[in-house]
Amino acid sequence: MIPYLLHRLASAVATLLLASLVVFAVLEILPGDPARLMLGLNASPEAIETLRTQMGLDQPVVVRYLEWLYGMVTGDFGRSLTYSSPVIDLVEERLAVSLPLALMALTLSTIIAIPVGVFAAARRGRPADTVAMGLAQFGVAIPNFWFALLLVYVFAVGFRLVPAGGFPGWGETWSSHGQAFQALVLPAVSLALPQAAILARVTRSAVVEVMGEDFIRTARAKGLPQRIVLWRHALRNALIPVLTIMGLQFAFLLAGTIIIENVFYLPGLGRLIFQAISQRDLIVVQGVVMLLVASVILINLMVDICYAVVDPRLRDGR
Amino acid sequence: MSLLAIEDLTLSIGPTPILKSIDLSIAPGEVMGLVGESGSGKSMTALTLMKLLPDGARVDGRALFDGVDILAAPEAAMCRLRGREIGMVFQEPMTALNPVKTIGEQVAEGIRWHTGANRPDAEARARLMLERVGLPEQKFPLTRYPHELSGGQRQRVVIAIACALKPKLLIADEPTTALDVVLQKQILTLLRGLVEENGMSMLLISHDLAVVAEMADRLTIVRHGTVMETGETSRILSEQAHPFTRQLAEASTHVPARARGLEPSPVSEPLLEVRDLTRNYSLRRSRVFGRETMFRAVNGVSFSLAAGQKTALVGRSGCGKSTLARMILALDPPSSGSIRFQGEEICGVSEEALRPLRREMQVVFQDPYGSFDPRHRAERLVAEPLHLLNQRPDARRRRDLVAEVLEQVGLSPADMDKYPHEFSGGQRQRLAIARAIITRPKLIIADEPVSALDVSIRAQILDLLADLSDSLGVAYLFITHDLTVARAITDTTMVMHEGEIVETGPTEVVLGNPKSDAAKALVAAAPNLKMSLEKAVARATRD
Repeated sequence: MIPYLLHRLASAVATLLLASLVVFAVLEILPGDPARLMLGLNASPEAIETLRTQMGLDQPVVVRYLEWLYGMVTGDFGRSLTYSSPVIDLVEERLAVSLPLALMALTLSTIIAIPVGVFAAARRGRPADTVAMGLAQFGVAIPNFWFALLLVYVFAVGFRLVPAGGFPGWGETWSSHGQAFQALVLPAVSLALPQAAILARVTRSAVVEVMGEDFIRTARAKGLPQRIVLWRHALRNALIPVLTIMGLQFAFLLAGTIIIENVFYLPGLGRLIFQAISQRDLIVVQGVVMLLVASVILINLMVDICYAVVDPRLRDGR
Repeated sequence: MSLLAIEDLTLSIGPTPILKSIDLSIAPGEVMGLVGESGSGKSMTALTLMKLLPDGARVDGRALFDGVDILAAPEAAMCRLRGREIGMVFQEPMTALNPVKTIGEQVAEGIRWHTGANRPDAEARARLMLERVGLPEQKFPLTRYPHELSGGQRQRVVIAIACALKPKLLIADEPTTALDVVLQKQILTLLRGLVEENGMSMLLISHDLAVVAEMADRLTIVRHGTVMETGETSRILSEQAHPFTRQLAEASTHVPARARGLEPSPVSEPLLEVRDLTRNYSLRRSRVFGRETMFRAVNGVSFSLAAGQKTALVGRSGCGKSTLARMILALDPPSSGSIRFQGEEICGVSEEALRPLRREMQVVFQDPYGSFDPRHRAERLVAEPLHLLNQRPDARRRRDLVAEVLEQVGLSPADMDKYPHEFSGGQRQRLAIARAIITRPKLIIADEPVSALDVSIRAQILDLLADLSDSLGVAYLFITHDLTVARAITDTTMVMHEGEIVETGPTEVVLGNPKSDAAKALVAAAPNLKMSLEKAVARATRD
């Protein structure tokens, strides 16, 4: 198991370094001098030159890359040009919304999808399966912003159970925690629905495939009822594709939620990227992109570890 | 009073009739052999008794087991019966165990389920059972996973699961078909021991009469879902009254009639010359920075093959036969040594330089199902090696060539527009042979070409290979663990054991009077119908 983990870890670090090189290089190639952007169109060449020296832009590329990399590792992502504050602070603020939101949505979708998938697989070809998979098809097909608006109309406007939008911040007290949590409920549900629909379909087909394996027949020949065989023998073997999809979904939920963030007026990571790009705030883009790359690699590493926990055959892999 | 009585059992799956009025009974403590070709309904009979039939199966008739009407029993009653009263062992040990659970969990699971024992007690019983089937604690702790065991060891685990609760009836469905002859003998001995010491009855299913004859008190012979003949083993085998029984018996010991090939002239240069061939595989490291351990799959093998010579390479599974074959086919690079084909070195040569050699050297694999792309028609599959020719034939010429080889292997030219799934296992193996001979090679390497086939189909394929060798003058390197196959078709036999060739000689001599321990073990374990019959008669007269 240890060699497997070290191998995975080493390849994660290598991927991260390679990605950092690409991110840095892309921003080098893009037109636009940060110093000129900061000082505006009317700045004198001397002032620009002074700022360039201050920002270290006159250094050789390799030196700048290494300094940038060192900054990344030590948590110094540079200063945003438009917000005039350190990028790390901006990211922290946004992550306080995006990370809990992503976790809530993922948990919700898993809780819904796996039982539905297994249930449908157990009743393959019968009406219950058709209905469950029909609903899943529906869930994939609905645009999530439309579903979000529907949720707002029913639960925020109609029943007045939760706020319709905005985010009050996590605050210090339990009640402010509660309010913040409430503000994330509808966004989480609307993000979870399409994810759950996809995950349920994946789970179903993985379980159906495993149920056709020889060892399932062995388990049945022991006298175990179908239901127990399904949960004890089939599900764990079906988990590999399910975990893969969950990893991809989590990465998407962290940063790909801009539409839902806009529907609910949430200050999330997606909006930060969107604004930074539209304002050419390249320092922020660079920092956030790097952070997202790192988190995707981290998620993949966790998925790899889960693989090895689920399937002993992978622990011996070199 | 019989333990199991099946009367007038009829089964159809969808519109297809599988079993037609099967009658079969097993007395307590009796071993019943159920013999027939593949597709004759043997396995479906077993699955009917377990009520584990696929969806859409319709069953009629009566099946009384120990006073329980199986066909009418509700699922809950069947769950109590399965594993506790009826145990089952399957054909394919490589896939019969759950890969993500330890062997201890898998054996203990049934014990816990049926007896309500707590985990330590169930594991203690599982431990005893695994000891009994030959997997001692020191080498095989309960925490082992299936992938850490070989095929024979996995089959022992499956047997431990099936016999853990000492069921009244053990169903063994082709329990040794996927194993080599030495393992087959060991597993059959184990099964017989378990049946005798626990007073269990057994339904032993096989396509090979020789395998069951030695074990069974009585035989039931089925064909196309109907019982052909049933009775005492000794009587059925000695009388061979039914023509189909006779056919099965003949197929089991079949030797193709063939024109004695011309003795290869000793002065000619050998077709294939292998010298000091070695192949190492690195095993996983025990520690991260520990030294890599090497496994030597093939160890200093040297031999040569003359044009037109038919040589068998026999040995147990895992002895390095297939690795050797892959190296000769230039599919796997040797660690050291040399292979010369028609005088030319093939190790370390570029793929481009190999092309003319590949044309002269073709292969037939074991699995007739896995070696064809299911989305291509037979014409394309058979014509595949033609790209090795310097001048590729045009479409019409190609069809002519394919039609010609299809006729040579006993298929019809009209078959070339079919897809692989439209052929039976035996026909697919004919297709594989057609693909191998289309470039008129000088050497065909056949890796267990008949092991996946029924005895009766096996006999037909052996005939075909013998005919082709006579008409095309092609040399064979025939890889097999089955000595009857080696005897049927080859002039020379090489015995391989743990990566080395331990004995070489004329086939009759090696098999008739083996010198090395490895060869002796193979000869002793080979199922032998004549000897089984003598034993059965002796048993019958003793009783």
